[in-house]
Amino acid sequence: MSDTHAQTVAYVRDSMLPEKPPPIAEKGAIKWLRENLFSGWLNTALTVLSLLAVWYALMAIGPWLLNTVWNAQSLRECREVLDGASGACFAVIKDRWHQLLFGFYPPQHYWRPVLTLVLMFVALAPVLFSQVPRKMLGFSALYPFVAYHLLWGGSIWLPVSVILGFVLGYVAYRLLARFAPLIAIAGAILVPVIWWIMFAAGFTSAMTSVAPIGLDFIRSDRFGGFLISLVIGVSGISLSLPIGVLLALGRQSDMVFVKSVCVMVIEFIRGVPLITLLFTASLLLNYFLPPGTAFDLILRVIIMVTLFASAYMAEVIRGGLAALPKGQYEAADALGLDYWKAQRLIIMPQALKISIPGIVNTFIGLFKDTTLVVFIGLLDPIGLSNAIRADTDWNGIYWELFIFIGALFFIFCFGMSRYSMYLERKLKTDHK
Amino acid sequence: MKKSVFLGAFAATSLVAGLAQAQSTLETVQTRGELNCGVSTGLAGFSAPDGNGVWQGFDVAVCRAVAAAVLEDPMAVNFVPTTGQTRFSALASGEVDVLARNTTWTFSRDVDLNFTFVGTNYYDGQGFMVTRDLGVGSALELDGATVCIQTGTTTELNLADYFRVNGMSYEPVPIETNAEAQQQYLAGACDVYTTDVSGLAATRASFASPSDHVILPEVISKEPLGPAVRHGDDQWADIVQWTLFALIAAEELGVTSANIDEMKAGTDNPEINRMLGSEGDLGAMFGLDSEWAVRAIAAGGNYGEIFSATIGEQTPIGLARGLNAQWTQGGLLYAPPFR
Repeated sequence: MSDTHAQTVAYVRDSMLPEKPPPIAEKGAIKWLRENLFSGWLNTALTVLSLLAVWYALMAIGPWLLNTVWNAQSLRECREVLDGASGACFAVIKDRWHQLLFGFYPPQHYWRPVLTLVLMFVALAPVLFSQVPRKMLGFSALYPFVAYHLLWGGSIWLPVSVILGFVLGYVAYRLLARFAPLIAIAGAILVPVIWWIMFAAGFTSAMTSVAPIGLDFIRSDRFGGFLISLVIGVSGISLSLPIGVLLALGRQSDMVFVKSVCVMVIEFIRGVPLITLLFTASLLLNYFLPPGTAFDLILRVIIMVTLFASAYMAEVIRGGLAALPKGQYEAADALGLDYWKAQRLIIMPQALKISIPGIVNTFIGLFKDTTLVVFIGLLDPIGLSNAIRADTDWNGIYWELFIFIGALFFIFCFGMSRYSMYLERKLKTDHK
Repeated sequence: MKKSVFLGAFAATSLVAGLAQAQSTLETVQTRGELNCGVSTGLAGFSAPDGNGVWQGFDVAVCRAVAAAVLEDPMAVNFVPTTGQTRFSALASGEVDVLARNTTWTFSRDVDLNFTFVGTNYYDGQGFMVTRDLGVGSALELDGATVCIQTGTTTELNLADYFRVNGMSYEPVPIETNAEAQQQYLAGACDVYTTDVSGLAATRASFASPSDHVILPEVISKEPLGPAVRHGDDQWADIVQWTLFALIAAEELGVTSANIDEMKAGTDNPEINRMLGSEGDLGAMFGLDSEWAVRAIAAGGNYGEIFSATIGEQTPIGLARGLNAQWTQGGLLYAPPFR
């Protein structure tokens, strides 16, 4: 016996033995490997096969990626530099990155889309993160107009006149609220509509002639690349959620007319492929509108994409509504809340929380679906990759463009998915 | 504001439609100050935006010449990229004034779709490309081959016709875009790639080793590619047509972008004088000034200059003139007299 227990009684040990290191196979990387990769013959075989697959993929792509040419003016120059070796020619990205990002947006105005993007994150912050002061929500509400003016430019009085419509509606609501809620709501809707139809155009042109301030006007056909994907994607995403909520509520409604309209809209739009809606936007609408009417193609596409996403969103949210126990509705009734208050305070917070994965799923799908606009001749990143390949300098280049485009899309989609996981963790109240 | 535009547009549709039709295309274009020109979303040598976003190419040059003639500014063109599906409705609905998008002139397009093809700016035809290793010297030896072919085009029908007439069989590999076709063909997914010969030449030029591939001598179809306008406005059709003829005639008569400034002052050749407006006033007959052709030719040069700058043998695409030579050189280009 060692000295450790010299003072203790022979049959009771009351001092601790020093810890011994675990056996070599039960610690660190080896333990992890044994438990996770080689825990049985099946897993061992799968591990070996996967490693082989990864190895072959790396061997196939690795040298090509590592042997990259960044400085060249054309594919021919790239090939001269590579001198017969296999290698990627990312010089095309260096040469054309600005087109892939901004399309044909005038270079001296590149700061405008960039600023719009930065401001978008500022405007999103109070919506996405509760730590940000609530007062910032005012800027978020203003952001669509700021973004419109930054991207398209033109007279600043156009967005101002639209905002004035909302302000007038609010004023009308406050003034009429003392009579009857129904009159107030009617006034809040009618006053802005009358303003927009009757007076807004006159106001805009009058103010423009008095004080012609505003940024240079940029036409929609200068938009392209990721700018177009983001404009369509972000507008579609931010509009489809509220419309989707309304459609979902409408579908749950007891009012026959509202319910049947919502069901028809949802089922019709869900039953039609997005590409059909896009072709309708680009081809069919032209025949209805008079020749020369510049009803912006991007605007048409945004409307169609929003409708499409809203229908899906409505069904996702309906799933969330259906998952709520009936007791929640009854509790809201028992508290004496009216319909909208019950929805706002009790039903929707829970239903939306349940639907987060589905909502984000729809968002990501919508964002990636924006590449379908290539089929109606809009030059989104995929469309531009075709246009770049048609330049004699870069004819024959293939994977490099797709890798770049894929990487950018991945950043946005992965960001959205991480945020949704954060939100789920934060809102977890555990009904266990 | 958006809403008012929308509602107003719907309310006034019939009224404005009536008014707009009363206005001729020429007036519309001149009021707008810009020519809307439908081009391909990207076809090597024919239309593609360069690094600065400026459209370049053989089809693009036609638009620039028309804009120069009508608006006195070759850059006053708004290029509308169109796909194979959207091109005809873009023209029919008035979204574009001219369609210069390597579009084959066919009976049904001319008659049934109510377009007017004003001429041919490129005589193309469908051909075959194979790897040199295949050891094939003629399209008639292609029995049983796998063929990469773009779907939804006339090439698909031509291919079926050709193989049936010659009693051969083939296995089609349908592909969507030219870039995809290049990948499939290089990866060996098909023995043969078939499309218009100009496209084959451009594709072959983009390969790492073009000499490993041969374009077979057979051309199995006629593909006269030309600009098109809508039926019903003959003045506008005449303008586009004679702008194209002016480019062709300028080459025949030796008028180039380099010497046009001297030539327009007057020459010994009355035909040149009539075309360039120093004699007579042809332009006034279709509502333009007398120097319309001078501007059209100065925009990008005559037909030959445009050809050699965009798709000719000096360019990577390297097309020979072939059928697209002047009639005096054994080609098919033949501009009617300016008289």
